[in-house]
Amino acid sequence: MPARPTPAKSVAPRSVKDLSLGESGTICCLKDPEMALKLLEMGCIPGTTVRLNSRAPLGCPITLVLGDEDYTLSLRVNEAATIMLKE
Amino acid sequence: MAGAATITNPTGAAVSAAVLEAASPRLPGTLTRIALIGNPNSGKSSLFNQLTGLNQKVGNFPGVTVDRKTGVSQLTPQHRAEIIDLPGTYSLYPKSLDEKVITDLLYDRTSKQYPDFVVITADASNIRRNLLLFTQLADLGLPAVLALNMMDVAEQHGVKIDVEALQRELGVPIIPMNARKGIGVAALKIVMSQELGAPSVHFYDPDEDLLPMIRQIRYYFNLHNDYLALHYAHQFRQINFLTADERAYVEELTQKYGFDATAQQAQETIARYARINDILLNTVSVTRTERNEPYSNRLDRVLTHKVWGYLIFFGVLFLMFQAIFAWAQYPMDLIDQGVAWVNSLIKANLHGPLIDLLTDGVLAGLGGVLMFVPQIAMLFAFIAVLEETGYMARVTFMMDRIMRKFGLNGKSVVPLISGVACAVPAIMSARTIENWKDRMITIFVTPLMSCSARIPVYTVLIALVVPDHKVLGIFNLQGIALMGLYLLGFLAAIFSALALKLLLRRKERSYFIMEFPVYRWPRWKNVGITIVEKVKTFVLQAGKVIVAISVILWVLASYGPGNSMARAEQRVRASAAQQGLTAKEVDMQVASQRLENSYAGTFGRTVEPVIRPLGFDWKIGIALITSFAAREVFVGTISTIYSVGQDADMSTVQQKLAAEKDENGQPFFTPARAFSLLVFYVFAMQCMSTLAATYRETKGWRWPIMQMLYMTGLAYVSSLVVFQLMK
Repeated sequence: MPARPTPAKSVAPRSVKDLSLGESGTICCLKDPEMALKLLEMGCIPGTTVRLNSRAPLGCPITLVLGDEDYTLSLRVNEAATIMLKE
Repeated sequence: MAGAATITNPTGAAVSAAVLEAASPRLPGTLTRIALIGNPNSGKSSLFNQLTGLNQKVGNFPGVTVDRKTGVSQLTPQHRAEIIDLPGTYSLYPKSLDEKVITDLLYDRTSKQYPDFVVITADASNIRRNLLLFTQLADLGLPAVLALNMMDVAEQHGVKIDVEALQRELGVPIIPMNARKGIGVAALKIVMSQELGAPSVHFYDPDEDLLPMIRQIRYYFNLHNDYLALHYAHQFRQINFLTADERAYVEELTQKYGFDATAQQAQETIARYARINDILLNTVSVTRTERNEPYSNRLDRVLTHKVWGYLIFFGVLFLMFQAIFAWAQYPMDLIDQGVAWVNSLIKANLHGPLIDLLTDGVLAGLGGVLMFVPQIAMLFAFIAVLEETGYMARVTFMMDRIMRKFGLNGKSVVPLISGVACAVPAIMSARTIENWKDRMITIFVTPLMSCSARIPVYTVLIALVVPDHKVLGIFNLQGIALMGLYLLGFLAAIFSALALKLLLRRKERSYFIMEFPVYRWPRWKNVGITIVEKVKTFVLQAGKVIVAISVILWVLASYGPGNSMARAEQRVRASAAQQGLTAKEVDMQVASQRLENSYAGTFGRTVEPVIRPLGFDWKIGIALITSFAAREVFVGTISTIYSVGQDADMSTVQQKLAAEKDENGQPFFTPARAFSLLVFYVFAMQCMSTLAATYRETKGWRWPIMQMLYMTGLAYVSSLVVFQLMK
């Protein structure tokens, strides 16, 4: 993983939005209750591993690969920002 | 019991005798009603097509405006079943109009439409997420069968499912399948022909605190289980069949018990996943094979590339336009000539006002509908292939950011593209947009896309005023003008969307959370069935309207107030006798004069003052009025008005238009007039079917009326500007 310039930043809770391309993380919780319903149904369950798979040409939306099944989800960056990652 | 024998199917898995033990064969002769439910991309349509083939029909769900697909399946030689295909969904908590159809069907046990049992399709390679919907449906207490689809894909991914064990855990029969290849369909049919009981396993029990409220709802509505009562608490505002009193009762209860729908639903979903994880632990093993990168990902690197992605997308669009406009021309001409041939055959042999109504009214209208069948078929072939392969999801993905700037959504791309063929199916395809505002804006602007019915108008007028020159050696000036008109329509659509985005105050969250399906080869059978079905819908639904309007127009153009038409005819014949015209020329003049004095002609005269500033006269006025119902009518009306006989082809229409003189003896169709008319046809809402579709989809007159006023206003102002500037 690339070194982070400011150590303070790594302490702040990260969301899926902060993943770099190809990087994986584990979902810890969903921040936005209303959006969470849709995300849960689509497979963004706490404890699942998530990998940032690609970005649309203009940077948004993005695609995520969830779990170890080959399941790809596409969503907007502001939606990805509500999926928090475990440290 | 004979039916309890083990049924082996070609995947090698077996349906155990135990599951069928409780079942008994249905009585022969009864038509079982079976609903087909599953996640999007779980192979539901494939299974539906396998079960029903071409025995399908599209109708409306009672009370709602969403299309309902049903089909009849011959299960065994003695048993037939009616299969209801339901929209793909991830859960029983609906988020789009499409998904609401499912709950509407399943909430009311007393409804005549209520299914005897449900077949739930699940993607075996994605079993965890697919089982969420299954557990919800099972908890509703309907007899169910699980069609575990795509077993082959699961195996390739190293997912091994112990079907017997899973069957015990889930308490319903499971049929391992590969619906694309038809594997497992026979076994499924046998299970479907049995009388099944409700699932024996419960997957989720609502929180203790909620039980008092749930029980009260349950007893008030006399419901058979708690989970259904919980859904009433969630959805009471959207349940159609509840009375105002009943809604008020549930609302009161939810407030009294402090029911937090969002939190409850989140908790339920997590609890269900926990349960599913437990079940899968004992029944599914995943051997992680060190696999190469999925081919889907490698394809995506090209197909959603920031340069190649857009280039390929525009290439696909270009190919589609080419197919619709160039290739479809040959069958269209054949149909057109075929109808004309039948028409002239009847005319040559039979006479009388009823025959005129049949030929000039009904057959002419029918020809106008049938002529578009090749284009519609071609367009839906393209769209079906793009959907089937999974490419459409990528297009939506690439376009979302751009469309959002204009108040649209990545998912609006599909309706906008379809709008180039016909706005009616395009407006229907906007249903998948969950967000109300995005969806309304999409429906509102889609008719501005230049549909195929505008082509005849464009072709005739462009040929009249744009010289057939080559520019830069390769581009044809007329082609550029045509393309300009399409572009004008497209720009009008997106800028109208932008204006609406700012006007509509309603703040609603716009989601864009969408599964990215893996690339697959299209199933040609599905493509074929889609084409047949769409063409059938188009011919029957649009056809009825167009034929009705053609008949009305024929009446209006054939009869006039008092005996003014007869007098006009006498006048023409008298003056024609003096000028020594041929019989054919006399007939043409008579037709023209009769039209001028008919009801339609009178209307033309009445509207003339309004359209004069646009450069139009009463003759164009008639064409505008008649083509208000459908643009296709324009060329036909013009050819009658300019006294062209029925057997005229396009070039004579052009000659007549070119020969038309204004009051000063100058050519009537100056570039100013022609472009003014073209621009009018780009913008004006001249299509009853589209208005009917908007009415159907928005459930009210507000949107279609606004759409008509807006588009006609835009057309009027733009034509005015064009004519006054170019004059």
